[in-house]
Amino acid sequence: MKIGDLTELATQNLREALLRNSLTTLGIAVGVASLVAMLSLGVGLQDLINRRLERNGLFDTVLVRPRTSFNATGQIRRNRDFGPDRTNARTNGRTDGRGQDDRNQDNARRDPADSDIVSRPLDRDARRQLAQLPHVLEVYPEFRFTGDLRFGPAGHLTQVTSLPMSASASDGLEGMQGRFFSAPEAHEIILQADAAADLADSQRLLAADMLGKDLVLRYAGREPLPATSPNSRARDRAANADDAAFGFSIISSRISLRVVGIVDAETVASGANAFGRSGAYVPLAVAEELGVVQGNDMGEVVRESALGGNGQHYTNLTVRVERPADVPAVEDSVRQMGYAPFSLLDLTRNLRRLFAILDLLLGIFGSLALAVASLGIINTLVMAILERRREIGVLKALGASDKDVRQLFFAEAGVMGLLGGAGGVALGWAIGRLIQLGTNYYLRQQQIPPENIWTVPVWLVASAIVFSLAVSLAAGLYPASRAARLDPVEALRYE
Amino acid sequence: MTEPKTEPSTASKSASTTESKTSSTRIPAANGAAIRTEQLTRHYHLGASVIRAVDGITLDVRAGEFLAFLGASGSGKSSLLNLLAGLDHPTSGAVFVLGRELGRMTSLELSRHRNQTIGIVFQSFNLLPRMTVMENVELPLRLAEVPRASRPARVKEALERVGLGERLAHRPGELSGGEQQRVAIARAMVNRPRILLADEPTGNLDSNTGEDILRLISGINRPPLITSDGVEPTTVLMVTHERALAEHYAGRIVTLADGRIERIEQR
Repeated sequence: MKIGDLTELATQNLREALLRNSLTTLGIAVGVASLVAMLSLGVGLQDLINRRLERNGLFDTVLVRPRTSFNATGQIRRNRDFGPDRTNARTNGRTDGRGQDDRNQDNARRDPADSDIVSRPLDRDARRQLAQLPHVLEVYPEFRFTGDLRFGPAGHLTQVTSLPMSASASDGLEGMQGRFFSAPEAHEIILQADAAADLADSQRLLAADMLGKDLVLRYAGREPLPATSPNSRARDRAANADDAAFGFSIISSRISLRVVGIVDAETVASGANAFGRSGAYVPLAVAEELGVVQGNDMGEVVRESALGGNGQHYTNLTVRVERPADVPAVEDSVRQMGYAPFSLLDLTRNLRRLFAILDLLLGIFGSLALAVASLGIINTLVMAILERRREIGVLKALGASDKDVRQLFFAEAGVMGLLGGAGGVALGWAIGRLIQLGTNYYLRQQQIPPENIWTVPVWLVASAIVFSLAVSLAAGLYPASRAARLDPVEALRYE
Repeated sequence: MTEPKTEPSTASKSASTTESKTSSTRIPAANGAAIRTEQLTRHYHLGASVIRAVDGITLDVRAGEFLAFLGASGSGKSSLLNLLAGLDHPTSGAVFVLGRELGRMTSLELSRHRNQTIGIVFQSFNLLPRMTVMENVELPLRLAEVPRASRPARVKEALERVGLGERLAHRPGELSGGEQQRVAIARAMVNRPRILLADEPTGNLDSNTGEDILRLISGINRPPLITSDGVEPTTVLMVTHERALAEHYAGRIVTLADGRIERIEQR
C-alpha cells in the first residue's frame, strides 16, 4: 500500500476509537512535554551562563604571553633549548653550526610536535601576525599602571587600565553612568564609582557630578635616553656588542582627560586577564601614546640590550576571536607561532561537561515519561488488534499482505507519535514559558533584573518530534508484528 | 472413504449424474481449468483428535463455470473455499489456480492472488462499518496500489454493476442486508478478478433478496468481463446450503460430506 493510503487509513482507524486514541496521544504529548520542558530549561541555563561569560569577553579571548625562554638574538630557537645555545649566544652572538647540531640531537629526544614550536618575543610584528590569523577580530595589549588622578587640589592614587573600543559591549559596563569613549583617541576617562566619589567629595560634589569634568592624570612616563647622555657613554664603555646597553628615563608625565563615565565598584572585565580592580579606564590608543612605565619594563631593558632596541615588547596581548568555538584553533596557531596561549575556555571545559551531564540527566527524566507513554501506545494498539481482528482478516482476504497490515499498525503508532510529539512540544513550550514567567516574577520581587532561563531551540523541537516518532514506532513494533501474523481464517471467524 | 471420480472432461459432460465413489487418481491438467485441486486435505488437530475438514478432494473447475458446493454444516465447504482463496494452507495436496500452484507462492504472491486473481464474498458481508460504501469498494484498489485518480471511476463502475451507483457516500449501517451484500460483491469485483468465491452469499438474507443476489452473481458469471488479458468469463464458486438456489443458478453442484466429495451433479 502507498504511504498516502496508509496514513489515510491509519488516521481513519484512529478516529474510530477517538477517546482512547486521544488519551494515548495525550500521554505521549505529556511525555514529550516533560522532555522538552526539562531540556529547554537545561539549555536555557547553559545559554544564560554562556551568554554572560561571552559578553564579559571571557570566552572569546585568548591571552598570549611570550614563552619563558626564547632566543635572545630574536632568531628562531627551539623551546626549552636553553642550555647549550645560551652558551653559544654568549660566546658567539649567533647560532653556529655546532649549536644547530646539538639542537637537532635534542629535538630527536623530544616530542616531535613540541620540537617544531619556536619561541619568539611578543612585539609589534607579532601583534600584526596575530591579527592576521583566521577568525581573529582584534589584538590588543593591556596597559595597567599606577596613576594619580588630580581634580582641583584633590588627588586619588589608583590603578589605571586601558580599554579597547570593543569593551563598550561588555557586561562589565552594565549600569554605567554617562557613556563610553567617543573615539579611540579621545582624551576621555571612565572612573570607577569609589574613585569618582573620592574626587567629587573634595569639591563637595556628588560622584555623578564628575561627569563632563576635566581632570589630570599623572603617571610615570618613559623617555628614551639622549644619544649623548652619560648612560649612553656607559653603554659605549661596555664595548661588548652582546651586552650593549639600552634604557630610558622615567619622568613624571601628565595628561588632561574628560570624565565621560562612572562604573560600579565591580570589576570591568576587558579581556582574559582583566580581573584586578582599577579606579580608572582610558582608551587603549591613548594609553599606548602615553608611553607609561610598565611592570615588565625592567626585563625589557635587559632584553632590548640584546635585541638592539628595535621596538616595544608586550607583556601580553589579548586576542579576541569571532566565536568561542574558534578559541581552540586560534590557541593552536598561537602555540605554533611560538607563544604561550591561555583562555578561560580551558578552565570552563569542566563547567560545560557538567552542563552536558545535567542535560543528559534532565533528558533521561523527561524520557521516562515518554517511556511510560509508549506503554500506552502498546496497550492501545494491542486492544485495537483484538477489536479489529475480523477487520484484519477482511483486509487479508482482500489482498493485504502481512507487510501491509504491519505498516498499517506502524502508521497508526507513527501518527500518534507525530501528533503527540507536536502537541508535546507545544505543551512543553507552554510549561517552560510558565516557568520563565514565574521565575522572572520572583526575580523582580527580589529586585533582580529578569533573566531568560529557558530556551527552546529548533534542534530541540525537531529532536523531540523525531524522538517521539521513534519511540512510538518502537512501541508499535510488537502490536504491528502481532497483527501481521494473524491467521486470516481465524481472524475472519472472530466475532 | 472413497473418492469420487472427478475427471473434468467426463464430469462436465455427464449432466445431473451422481458419480460413484471411486479411489482417488491424479488428474492431468485440463485445458481451460481455472482451478484444480489434487488430493487436497486440511486437517485440524483438536487435542488428541484430528478433524478432517477437507479430506482428499480432487477437482477441476473450468474457466467461466458456475460451481456450487452443497453440504451440511461442517462438511468442509468453507474450509475448501479458504484453501482455494489461499487464505489457508492445505495439510497436503495442491491447489492450482489459473495454472499456478498456491503452495509454491510466497506470502506476498498469495496476497496478490487474493487481491487480483480472485474476489471473495462472505456470508456476513464483512464491510468495514466506519468506511463509506465508496471507501469499502476502493479498499482492494488501494491494496493493489491503483493510482488514486483512476479509482473513483473504477469504484463507480463496480457499484453501478450491482445497482448501487448512487449510494457512494452511505455507510454500511445505513444499507439493508441485500444492499450490503451488493456492496461486498462490488468490492470483490472491483479489481476485475477472473474467479469469484462466494461463501454462503445468501445466508444472511431473506429468500427474495437471496434470489436477487444470486441473479447478480449469475450475471457476473455469464457476460464476459473485459480483463487485461482480453474478454474472459468470470468463474464462480459458491458455497451454499440452499439446494434450490444452487440447482437454479449453478452449472455444476458438488456435494460435500465429511470433507470429501459425495457427488457431482452437472446441470
